[in-house]
Amino acid sequence: MKIVVCIKQVPDTEAEVKWDIPNGTLKREGIDSIINPFDEFALEEALLTRENYDGDIVAISMGPDKAADVLRNALALTVNEVHQLTDPAFAGSDTYATSYVLASAMKKIGDVDIVFCGKQSTDGSTGVVAAEIASQLGFSQLTYVSKVRSVDAANKKIIVERAIEGGIEVVEAKLPAVISVIKGINEPRLPNLMGIRKASKMEIPKWSADDLGVDKGKVGAAGSATKVVEITVPPPRGAGEILKGEIEEVAASVVDKLIDMKVIK
Amino acid sequence: MANDVWVYIEHKDGDISPMSYELLGIGKTLADGLGSSVCAFIIGEKVDDLAKEAFYYGVSKVYAIEGDVFKGFRPDAYAKAASSLLSKYTPEIALFRATSQGTDVAAASAAQLQFGLCTDSIGLAIDGGKFKMTRAAFGGNYTVTVVNEKAKPQIATVRPKSFPMPAKDTSKSGEVVKETFSIAEADLNTKILDFMKSEVAINLVEADIIVSGGRGVGKPEGFKMLQDLAKVLGGALGASRAAVDSGWVAYEHQVGQTGKTVKPKIYIACGISGAIQHLAGMRTSDCIVAINKDPDAPIFKNASYGIVGDLNQVVPKLIEKFKSKLGR
Ligand SMILES: Cc1cc2nc3c(=O)[nH]c(=O)nc-3n(C[C@H](O)[C@H](O)[C@H](O)COP(=O)(O)OP(=O)(O)OC[C@H]3O[C@@H](n4cnc5c(N)ncnc54)[C@H](O)[C@@H]3O)c2cc1C
Ligand SMILES: Nc1ncnc2c1ncn2[C@@H]1O[C@H](COP(=O)(O)O)[C@@H](O)[C@H]1O
Repeated sequence: MKIVVCIKQVPDTEAEVKWDIPNGTLKREGIDSIINPFDEFALEEALLTRENYDGDIVAISMGPDKAADVLRNALALTVNEVHQLTDPAFAGSDTYATSYVLASAMKKIGDVDIVFCGKQSTDGSTGVVAAEIASQLGFSQLTYVSKVRSVDAANKKIIVERAIEGGIEVVEAKLPAVISVIKGINEPRLPNLMGIRKASKMEIPKWSADDLGVDKGKVGAAGSATKVVEITVPPPRGAGEILKGEIEEVAASVVDKLIDMKVIK
Repeated sequence: MANDVWVYIEHKDGDISPMSYELLGIGKTLADGLGSSVCAFIIGEKVDDLAKEAFYYGVSKVYAIEGDVFKGFRPDAYAKAASSLLSKYTPEIALFRATSQGTDVAAASAAQLQFGLCTDSIGLAIDGGKFKMTRAAFGGNYTVTVVNEKAKPQIATVRPKSFPMPAKDTSKSGEVVKETFSIAEADLNTKILDFMKSEVAINLVEADIIVSGGRGVGKPEGFKMLQDLAKVLGGALGASRAAVDSGWVAYEHQVGQTGKTVKPKIYIACGISGAIQHLAGMRTSDCIVAINKDPDAPIFKNASYGIVGDLNQVVPKLIEKFKSKLGR
C-alpha cells in the first residue's frame, strides 16, 4: 500500500507574525515555526496504518526552504520517503493552487492508496485543501475522520468514522481516498534519538513546478483567484465590568443581567 | 441572472438546517447591493417540500437537482451536481454554510470549477461593486479581507450565526427550476453505513448559550456541575483544551483553535485563563462571562462581565439563582 501524508509548516501561534501587506501573505522568515498541529495526527495515523496493514509512507510538504524541517521530523519518525514541493512560483498560492500542486505530487508519486491530511492548518485555517485534492483526483473525500475502522487494500476499500454535527457517521469508501483527520484520532508519538540522528543527515529531495509538470499560470499569487486585500487586527473586545462584592450579590447581578438579554428560553 | 447570489440549502433527514435561512438573509443584502436577486439551490432525493421552506424566507427562485443517488449526503455526488449548476448558470456569488456538509460541497465544487474560495467568513459585503469576504486568520489574531476577481461564482462558506435571521413569511411562494443531473451509483466513491447520534443533545456550534470549563474545574465531576448550569439555561457544554487533554471531558466539547469555533449569545467561561488559542474559538461571542479566581487572568480582558472568585462557589450559586428566577 502507498500512503501519502501532507504536512504543512505553520508559524507558532504565540509568535508575533509579520504580514507582507501588499501581497497579503505571511512573512515567514525569522519567526518560530511548528508542524501544523493537526498534521501531527495525520502523520501518526499514517504510521499506524503502515503498522497495521503494511505499506510505504511518503510525506510531502509544499513550502519555502525552511519547511524542510517538518519533513526531517517525519523522517525521524521513520516515514519511507519525503518530498518538498518548493518553487518561487508557488508563493502566495490560494487553496485551489495549493491543492493543485499537492495533487500533482500525488500523480507523480503514483499508485497512491491513502492520503492523510490534517483537518485544517492553524495559519490559513481554510480546512479545504484535503477536499480539494480529493475532488481533483477523483479520490474518495473523507473529511473530519475520527477513526479508521478498517482498510482492505486488496479490495480497495476503507471504513472510517467521521465526527460531524450531531454524531458519528460511518462511511465505507473506495480507495484511493483522501482522509482529513481531527484531533483525538490518536496520540502522536515523538521521534527517538536514533531517528533524529539519522534524519539529520538525510537529504530532503525537492520537486519544483517543472518537476511536477504543473501549469505555472495556475499557481502562486498570480495564478490564484482569491487574494487577501486587507489585514486588520480585530478591535479588542474591551474589558467589561468586573463585578465586585459578596458572591451572593455578584451572582444575583449576573443572573439578572443575563436574563435581561432575553436569550435564555 | 448572471449576477445573482445563490445560497446552498443544507438539509438532513428531510429537514433544512435553520442556519441556511441566515444565508438567505445575507444573500438578499448582497443581491440588493448588486442590483440582482437571491436564489436558492438544493440537491436531494426529493426537494419540493424543502423548496417551499426557502420561499418563506424570501427567495422566489429555487434551482434543484433531484435523484435517488442524493438520498443522504455524499460529497462527490453533491459536489458534482452543485458544480454543474454553478457552471451552467454562473451566478456572481455562491454561499454555503461553514459546516461539515457545507464545507465539503463548497470545497469540492470550487475544485471542480478550478478556483479558490473563502471559508468560514464572518463578514460579507458589496463594496464599490466588489464582493468582500472577511474571515479570521491565524488563530483569530488577525482579520483578513479576501476578494476573488477572477472566478465566477465567487464562493464563500459562512460561519454559522454571523448574520441575523430573516423573517419568515408563510404566504410566500415561488418557482422551482428543476435541472437534471445523473450520476450512477456505481460511479460514487462512498456509502454511508451508519449514523451514531451523539449523546450531546445540543450542537455546540449552533448553541445560543455555552457554559465552558477549563483546567480550573479541576476534576471530571466539576464538569457535571457545569453541565447542570448548561441544562438550566438550555445551553451546551464547552471546554478548553487543558480540560480535554486532562480527560475530564470529550474532545467534541473543545472550543478554540484546534477545537470548535463558536459564536453564542452567551459564553460562560469557568476556570479558563483565556489563552490566545482558546479566545480564537469564542472571542466573537456576543456576551462573555468569565469566572476565575485570578484577577489578572487574561480572560477578563475579553469578558463582558467578570467574576473574580472560586468557580466551585460561584457556579452553584448561579444554578440556584437561575433556577429560582426562571422557575425551573
Ligand atoms: C497549537 C496549539 C493549539 C491550541 N488549541 C487550543 C484550543 O483549541 N482550545 C484551547 O482551549 N486551548 C488550545 N491550546 C492551549 C492553550 O494555549 C491553553 O494552554 C489552554 O487554553 C489553557 O486552558 P485553561 O484556560 O483551561 O487552563 P489554564 O491556562 O491552566 O487556566 C486555568 C485557569 O483556571 C483558573 N482557576 C483555577 N482554579 C479555579 C477555581 N477553583 N475557580 C476559578 N478559577 C480557577 C486559574 O486562575 C486559571 O486562570 C492550544 C495550544 C497550542 C500550542
Ligand atoms: N502547503 C502545504 N503542504 C502540505 N500539506 C498542506 C499544505 N497546505 C495544506 N496542507 C494539508 O491540508 C490540510 C488542510 O489545510 P488548510 O486547508 O490549509 O486548512 C493540512 O492539515 C495539511 O494536511
